[in-house]
Amino acid sequence: MTDLHDLAAKVIAEGEGPRLPTPSPVDRTTIRHWTEAMGDTNPRYQGPDAIAPPAMIQVWSMDGLNGRKRTRAPLDDLLDALDAAGYTGVVATNCEHIYHRPLVPGEELTSATRTTDMTGLKKTALGDGYFVTWQVTWYAQDEPVAEMIFRLLKFRPREERSPSEGRKPYPLRPAVNRDTEFFWEGARSGELRIQKCGDCGELRHPPGPVCPSCRSVKRTYAVAAGTGVVYSYVVHHNPPVPGRETPFVVAVVELPEGVRIVGNVVDCAPAEVEIGMPVRVTFREMDDELTLPLWTPGES
Amino acid sequence: MRTLEMAVGTTLPELVIPLTPTLIISTALATRDFTPVHHDVEIARAQGSQDIFLNILTTMGLMERFVTDWAGPEALIRGINVKLGVPAYAGDTLTFTGTVAERDGDIGTVDVRGTVSLGAHATGTVRFSL
Repeated sequence: MTDLHDLAAKVIAEGEGPRLPTPSPVDRTTIRHWTEAMGDTNPRYQGPDAIAPPAMIQVWSMDGLNGRKRTRAPLDDLLDALDAAGYTGVVATNCEHIYHRPLVPGEELTSATRTTDMTGLKKTALGDGYFVTWQVTWYAQDEPVAEMIFRLLKFRPREERSPSEGRKPYPLRPAVNRDTEFFWEGARSGELRIQKCGDCGELRHPPGPVCPSCRSVKRTYAVAAGTGVVYSYVVHHNPPVPGRETPFVVAVVELPEGVRIVGNVVDCAPAEVEIGMPVRVTFREMDDELTLPLWTPGES
Repeated sequence: MRTLEMAVGTTLPELVIPLTPTLIISTALATRDFTPVHHDVEIARAQGSQDIFLNILTTMGLMERFVTDWAGPEALIRGINVKLGVPAYAGDTLTFTGTVAERDGDIGTVDVRGTVSLGAHATGTVRFSL
């Protein structure tokens, strides 16, 4: 997915998912285990007229030790897309329960989930990330009996490094903007992303705002296989470049996907580089923030 | 008498929960939450936690208990809204404090704060009706 916000909007627009039966009905034994563990001696949860502790609502929906086959929800697509974009960290930030009426043992419930919001990109103490909010409604037949609004932060974990190990910032910075952000984000998560027209599907590189073929401004991207051949190259000897040791190779690499991309060829002597040479992409962390896609000799 | 005790500004008696491994594990399983970080210390540490820690379903349950322990069985909990903070690790102590924030007839709201040695574990409100 090109844009996480586009995907979020789509998932939110889908509204409430199907009502699925909870794995267990409201039952006395589960209530007793729960009140024992919580140390809750409230007499209202005991005896023939017992009600279930309202805070147990989510317990009735828990999948249990071996899980169960759960239908994939649109929310799963959004969380997976956040993982794929490098926001692999997860921390719950808010949980709200609303109880419309008490439940009694024997009641069978269904629950349905809707994704309600995604905000970001936000800077947080844990790292940059997106807040995703969803709402679960529990029903007894058609009557809504309880709701839960749950928010979590999907964040890009900071790399742990002691100050002495901290890398000096690499002196050269690429221009990262709304057109190119997906490319650099891809490099950080080990993907060579090529911009793709959201309408006609044509691939283009370097990224830009408008499709040169059909003039559409809808943008998405494809993940390249990461192979290519040297289409052309130069060996740079002079002048000196900050942060680089000369000589180094700057190549135009032709990808099997049909676009060409400029990058350094590394892990071999400049004299060994030749036109037509098969290369493979490799991702190198230049400092704490920048990852560059580079090219190493590869099998044909 | 209850009405007087439940006036806005009333402070609830503290609830102090020693977070033994038994408590963390038995509450996790009683809430049917089998995620290993709530019962397997080696897995919890491998994932960057200092120990096993309380699951969210238990935090919700303990906030409910904190209010009904004080308000008595006549009080029915209508809603709980929590901002989650630092983890509540085994070996720590979780202390709930609270004050009555709103009172409108039979409906009341308590501001609740659950604190551990690392700071605020859960901050929020519990709504009840009488």
